[in-house]
Amino acid sequence: MHLEVSQLHKQFPTKRGATVALEDINLHIEESEFVCAVGASGSGKSTLLRLIAGLDTPTTGEILVDGRRVIGPGPDRGMVFQSYTLYPWMSVADNIGFGLKLQGVPKNERRERVAYYLEVVGLLQFARSLPKELSGGMKQRVAIARALACQPKILLMDEPFGALDVQTKETMQQFLLQLWRQTGITILMITHDVEEAVFLSQRVYVLSSRPGTIQREVSLDLPSDRNYSLRRSPTFQNYKYEIVELLRGEAAILYPEAREQLTDFCIPDNN
Amino acid sequence: MTNKLSKSKIDREQKMLPPTVFWRIAEDIPKSLNWVLICLSIGIPLCLWWIVSNSGLVKPLFLPTPLQVLSAIQRLWLTGELPKDIAFSLFRVISGFSLAAIISIPLGTLMGTFASLRALLEPIIGIVRYMPAPAFIPLLILYFGVGETTKILLIFIGTLFFNTLMIMDAVKFVPKESIETSYTLGAKRSQVLFQVIFPFILPNIIDACRVNMAASWNLVIVSELVAATEGLGRRISVGQRYLKTDEIFVGLIVIGIIGLAIDLLFRLLQHLSCRWASR
Repeated sequence: MHLEVSQLHKQFPTKRGATVALEDINLHIEESEFVCAVGASGSGKSTLLRLIAGLDTPTTGEILVDGRRVIGPGPDRGMVFQSYTLYPWMSVADNIGFGLKLQGVPKNERRERVAYYLEVVGLLQFARSLPKELSGGMKQRVAIARALACQPKILLMDEPFGALDVQTKETMQQFLLQLWRQTGITILMITHDVEEAVFLSQRVYVLSSRPGTIQREVSLDLPSDRNYSLRRSPTFQNYKYEIVELLRGEAAILYPEAREQLTDFCIPDNN
Repeated sequence: MTNKLSKSKIDREQKMLPPTVFWRIAEDIPKSLNWVLICLSIGIPLCLWWIVSNSGLVKPLFLPTPLQVLSAIQRLWLTGELPKDIAFSLFRVISGFSLAAIISIPLGTLMGTFASLRALLEPIIGIVRYMPAPAFIPLLILYFGVGETTKILLIFIGTLFFNTLMIMDAVKFVPKESIETSYTLGAKRSQVLFQVIFPFILPNIIDACRVNMAASWNLVIVSELVAATEGLGRRISVGQRYLKTDEIFVGLIVIGIIGLAIDLLFRLLQHLSCRWASR
């Protein structure tokens, strides 16, 4: 068992009493698995990731990484945010090596590992560039490399491609898949993009909203070698449709008057 | 009714924003225009001064001509009085300001970083900073006499609190995610403070120092007006006593030029140390 979340509850105090963000969350992620959690805004999916990262503390319940209880953030759980979090005064290489430097890894070893991850994310020729000189996709690749350089047990990603344009997003998804196959890293990614979740992961947790609960767990039986054409296959479309339906049922409960429009809007296009 | 609506719609379609060079908002103006305007900014007041002082409308006693002031500068420079005045004033400003910076930079950074320290110190600093520094002069003279200590402490008091609070505010602009990312990279809190927050706000720290340096210059003059035997402020008060208007102008102009030079020096420092922050 790699990551195990059991009976997790999280509520936030507000002026009008406590708001329940997450209710009775149980999930597990195995070694080298790629899992996505999808949900509409307000499903508490970011909160879930923050709790696993240790950036927030659960109200009740526990999170175990390799049997060890999470009490705070640490380099065994790497994090990639949607917003660009590169340190603007450091070069790309220094950004990637920052975690190693913090942990006191000797300079020589650091240089080797930075060079390795620069190559992995294909940014060797940008080693000395400043973050402001990079495009959005490149920045996220550096952020991923920076997290990976610490050799975390699990990589947590909070809508990492949410701020990217459609083309860059697709390239980055391919890149991430390839990276995952190459390194065998365990990944938990949060997204609201159902297609992204189906394309990338082996398993999808579908979260409902207010309070956030796990509505369904969908195991995806898709080939591990995925490419653009997979998106058009009927199996892929069926999975996507199934999850969209789950989320739509959710939306229909929240906004019943919008039900008809949603039904019109979400009919899958199989051609 | 319908007619009215459609008419107003046509009006709106016809309106387009005309292009402009001078009135551009949030855009740069051409470099050449920029330089012309900079020259005008200095040139017009200088011309006005020259015209008014030479026209005979104002007595030379009240408004010396630029040439008279220039010759006064030369005279005071050659007698060694002006270099001495500059040296003393600079010494006081640099001592008082450095002392304030040495304390306010770590203090402001700590207060910005830790809400606990902020809660502990912000109220008292908030009160003290509203007490005008010159109002401390009687106390300072009482405690330390009329020597250099009083003058340097006056500048110190007048600069310390504003600089601290400005630096504290700068920490707010460090994105929370940057700090949290550092934790997930294995950073301890002290490492976040020294290796993330401090470098992040360094440009703002230099900027705060640049702004508050101006306050230091104001205060050195105040302190020298009270009790001093040399310094640019002293030069001005002596000028008043003996009706040497030209020397008052010398004092004012030299203060302005040194202030501008220090300002530019800070900008250069910021540019060199924080290339990443320049647009």
